[in-house]
Amino acid sequence: MTYRMTFRGATVPAEPGQSVAAALVAAGILDWRTTRKEGRPRGLFCGIGICFDCLITVDGVPGERACLVPAADGMRLGDGTDTGDDPAGPGPGKEDGDAASA
Amino acid sequence: MPHPHDVAVVGAGPAGLAAAVEAAEAGLDVALVDAAGQPGGQYWRHFDERHAAPGDARGLPGGPVFTDLRARLRALSGSGRVRYLPGRQVWLATRDDDGTFTLRTTATVSAPVSAAASVPVSAPESVTARALILCPGGYDRQLPVPGWDLPGVMAAGGVQALLKGHRTLAGKRAVVAGTGPFLLPVATGLARAGAAVAAVVEANGTLGWSRDPRGAVSAPGKGVEALRYAASMARHRIPYRTGTVIREVLGDGRVEAVRTAVLARDGRPAGPEREIAADLVALGWGFTPSLELPLMLGARTRLDLDGSLVVVVDALQRSSVEGVYVAGEATGVGGAALAVAEGRLSALALAASTGDPAGTAAIRRVRRRIRRARRFAAAMHRAYPVPAGWPRWLPDSAVVCRCEEVTYGDLRHAHADLGATDPRTLKMLARPGMGWCQGRICGFATAGIASCLSGRPSTAEDLRALSGRTPAAPVRLGELAALAEETGGGGPAEETGGSS
Ligand SMILES: Cc1cc2nc3c(=O)[nH]c(=O)nc-3n(C[C@H](O)[C@H](O)[C@H](O)COP(=O)(O)OP(=O)(O)OC[C@H]3O[C@@H](n4cnc5c(N)ncnc54)[C@H](O)[C@@H]3O)c2cc1C
Ligand code: FES
Repeated sequence: MTYRMTFRGATVPAEPGQSVAAALVAAGILDWRTTRKEGRPRGLFCGIGICFDCLITVDGVPGERACLVPAADGMRLGDGTDTGDDPAGPGPGKEDGDAASA
Repeated sequence: MPHPHDVAVVGAGPAGLAAAVEAAEAGLDVALVDAAGQPGGQYWRHFDERHAAPGDARGLPGGPVFTDLRARLRALSGSGRVRYLPGRQVWLATRDDDGTFTLRTTATVSAPVSAAASVPVSAPESVTARALILCPGGYDRQLPVPGWDLPGVMAAGGVQALLKGHRTLAGKRAVVAGTGPFLLPVATGLARAGAAVAAVVEANGTLGWSRDPRGAVSAPGKGVEALRYAASMARHRIPYRTGTVIREVLGDGRVEAVRTAVLARDGRPAGPEREIAADLVALGWGFTPSLELPLMLGARTRLDLDGSLVVVVDALQRSSVEGVYVAGEATGVGGAALAVAEGRLSALALAASTGDPAGTAAIRRVRRRIRRARRFAAAMHRAYPVPAGWPRWLPDSAVVCRCEEVTYGDLRHAHADLGATDPRTLKMLARPGMGWCQGRICGFATAGIASCLSGRPSTAEDLRALSGRTPAAPVRLGELAALAEETGGGGPAEETGGSS
């Protein structure tokens, strides 16, 4: 079976076992957020969870690494304003499910 | 708090898998924590086993070694001798007053999301142990180049990971660039998967594993491997452009081409230029280790031959911190076979230190193997150095820190006008390495830029200034709060830096 996810309303198919990022790239979608300062497009870079370029909102949870999240049927992707703009610093994020980084 | 294990192993790549299996078989009570959902690390990355297809194992290098270790891990965790915790990242490692260690872990993918994907995630927990074997591996080392933040530019290892781990080809026409033998399997892997590989752009001279004959001879299998890649490159008609670098990645909103230049005799990219069309650019300048956990615990570090910061270990893989062993890429980049040997050795040595004399002969054998592999790694590092003076090629507009969008010009300004002559001050004033990745991607480059601007070579201290990271992974508020409650303090120290 092929999973169906949605990215900003469009359907994105995924093979079970693929990551969210892999499915997006396979569908020709190379970027899914913009940088906070210059508004530049970002997608995959390191591919292994190191660089945080690929941050995306998944089913309403912001700040997930698309290269690490396994695809699932019915997943909603990128429905937040993904700027990677969560408060940086070891301190507080906005709510639980929000991540903080030093 | 649960009972302390004899040893906690971090990382289930070649080093950590070997360490955990060997330690448990020697009778130790083992915990194995790994950020990934299934064992294998970077080298043995493969498609999700729950959805495996017949072709997945093809091209899995050293496959039998892996399947053997995996089968032993399954048996040992089935019988409760290894507590295997996949899908969890260690974000804090501490040494307690009684000498035991505590690892605090967090789910790699947050709970509601992994529930949607029905990923088995082990329950949140901290792990305590009387000893640690740290096998955190590493990641692609990067040098900035104008345009490297365009979508379609990826780390070479990431391109490989996408292919091996997700059956996904990241583009149709690729350029693979940087330096080192790893560029070849990436290029031939892409070609086998159906991409056109327009060029491999290699900054150094030759397909030369053998510049240092002593090193090359000590790993005969590797010479064969090099020949195989060369044959495969020829079969796929992949141009191998040596002594050449990418000067700029071109494109509007996504990669369209690269501009390359041949390095002149004086090492500057002053030679003939060429524009090569591509929709995928894979960049890699070797690998660099993940040092956050060893640094957090205060382990001594040094500059390796390849210019990366690595953990100092003795002939039994012991770091400078009592009870902390380190194995694999974190002690110096040298490939998977070396990582396996180091993982085994650390476990055998630990078992011997707790009174098991059985491993003495095995220890001698493994140490011999490690010495041979290290000689080979040294030859490789000598043959594929990062080009001297590379920062001087950068235009001011080139982005160095991708997270905070700090440019080379910003760094030059902080150096010249604000007196930031060392990396620590540079980081404070211009903010490279202060974003989400905590300097993992730009740390090596920023240290190189800082020293180049000051007209001196990079030192271990330069790199340490950009390598301390606490927490070692993004943690959720609840977890920080729980820690604060437990310790009565305000959470983890802001920055442990690299005491050494
Ligand atoms: C993306 C990538 C692809 C590569 N592909 C190849 C290849 O095809 N061929 C080749 O010869 N070499 C490849 N390499 C080089 C390769 O890393 C080594 O040869 C080998 O995998 C090193 O083994 P290791 O056990 O030291 O580390 P790794 O294989 O990197 O394993 C380390 C493990 O530790 C985990 N880890 C790290 N930090 C934490 C933490 N804080 N908490 C929990 N877990 C943690 C990681 O998730 C990983 O699973 C690749 C490297 C990278 C980065
Ligand atoms: S691509 Fe780097 S973290 Fe996902």
